[in-house]
Amino acid sequence: MATATPEATVDKAALLEFLLRTGDNALVLGHRVSEWCGHSPVLEEDIALANTALDLIGQTQLWLGLAGEVGGRGRTADDLAYLRDGYEFRNLLLVERPNGDFGKTLMRQFLFDAWHYLLLKALKGSTDRRIAEIAEKAFKEVAYHLERSRDLIIRLGDGTAESHRRMQEALADLWPYTGEMFVGDASDAALAEAGVVPSPESLKAGWDEIVADALAEATLKRPADGYMHKGGRRGVHTEHLGYILSELQFLQRAYPGATW
Amino acid sequence: MATALRPSVEEVWHWLSEVPDPEIPVISLTDLGIIRDVEWRDDTLVVTVTPTYSGCPATTVINLDIEAALAAKGLGKVRLERRLSPAWTTDWISAEGREKLKAYGIAPPIDGTAADGVLMKRIDRLSGRSNLTIACPRCGSANTEKISQFGSTPCKASYRCTDCLEPFDYFKCI
Repeated sequence: MATATPEATVDKAALLEFLLRTGDNALVLGHRVSEWCGHSPVLEEDIALANTALDLIGQTQLWLGLAGEVGGRGRTADDLAYLRDGYEFRNLLLVERPNGDFGKTLMRQFLFDAWHYLLLKALKGSTDRRIAEIAEKAFKEVAYHLERSRDLIIRLGDGTAESHRRMQEALADLWPYTGEMFVGDASDAALAEAGVVPSPESLKAGWDEIVADALAEATLKRPADGYMHKGGRRGVHTEHLGYILSELQFLQRAYPGATW
Repeated sequence: MATALRPSVEEVWHWLSEVPDPEIPVISLTDLGIIRDVEWRDDTLVVTVTPTYSGCPATTVINLDIEAALAAKGLGKVRLERRLSPAWTTDWISAEGREKLKAYGIAPPIDGTAADGVLMKRIDRLSGRSNLTIACPRCGSANTEKISQFGSTPCKASYRCTDCLEPFDYFKCI
């Protein structure tokens, strides 16, 4: 359990960076998954995807809400979601990858969920009480997401020849975007030192284990670790983020302050 | 304000026990276990509420319903506070609430199996034992199967009875 809130001692800029990274992952993936609404192969999966997106958007409100407080410029979670430009977003490149087919969406979800689960599990013990509380809430939801995505990639991987082929392809496409989850910078190191967050590197072994176990059951072959794309965590994104933001932010950009 | 004019917190709890959940109106907010605290701070009544799911769209409606119910009882100065920790668990759904869910056609959550990260696996394993079966709320049969891990609201999963063939919602454990 959290013992103290090191609000006074921890570098505010580093804390804000972490909160934006964590909130932006949930926001961008939540948006991507919500794009499926009304388009899924079966009704139950349409509902499941929409509910997963909803959990992620709820978590976004908590993380970005705290980021707004820590940032000290009076910005709300909505301001941060709707009024920042692409280079200010701190999400992993993995979560902005296009949805592709249903299998690819689920593979992206699984690779992210396995990491998200381990991150939140560690954050439950953060020395920052506010972070520990959000993590405690989000962890339960994400544990459930991981069970679902794991189950589905196994069913599709170990399914028909066609579903197997598509899942193997999805894995090959997404694999080069997984390395970014485990590379820390000075800001991560400062927070890890203060016990606020786990170091990104420390999550790798657990992730490898969850992934290896599921891929074996799914009869899928783990791709070789080659070149890994990086940049999202410091605001250097692929072109896809721009398209996401043009849709996500349109209303508030075109009609500033609109409410309903 | 004279203290004598204030309703007791017990009375307020009773009023809240009559406020229905907006999505599952057969159970009340207190059945659901989301009202964590009721207390007077000076002349303001503070009601502490915990969200079921962080993105549950019913949360806003629930807050409005609480304010409306208390305003109807003549309480003007009410403040709602959000508490995230300890996080809500389906284990907090009251025994009465579970019965009401079942009568309504929703299989209640299996007590004590809330989130530890291996939920469904654990339930699948446990459901081999008769007292932990996700039973069909219509015919009571233990022969049921999961259709999807999510149902009509974030808090539910979809199941089907393989005896009476009725699909039903299961209030998933978290």
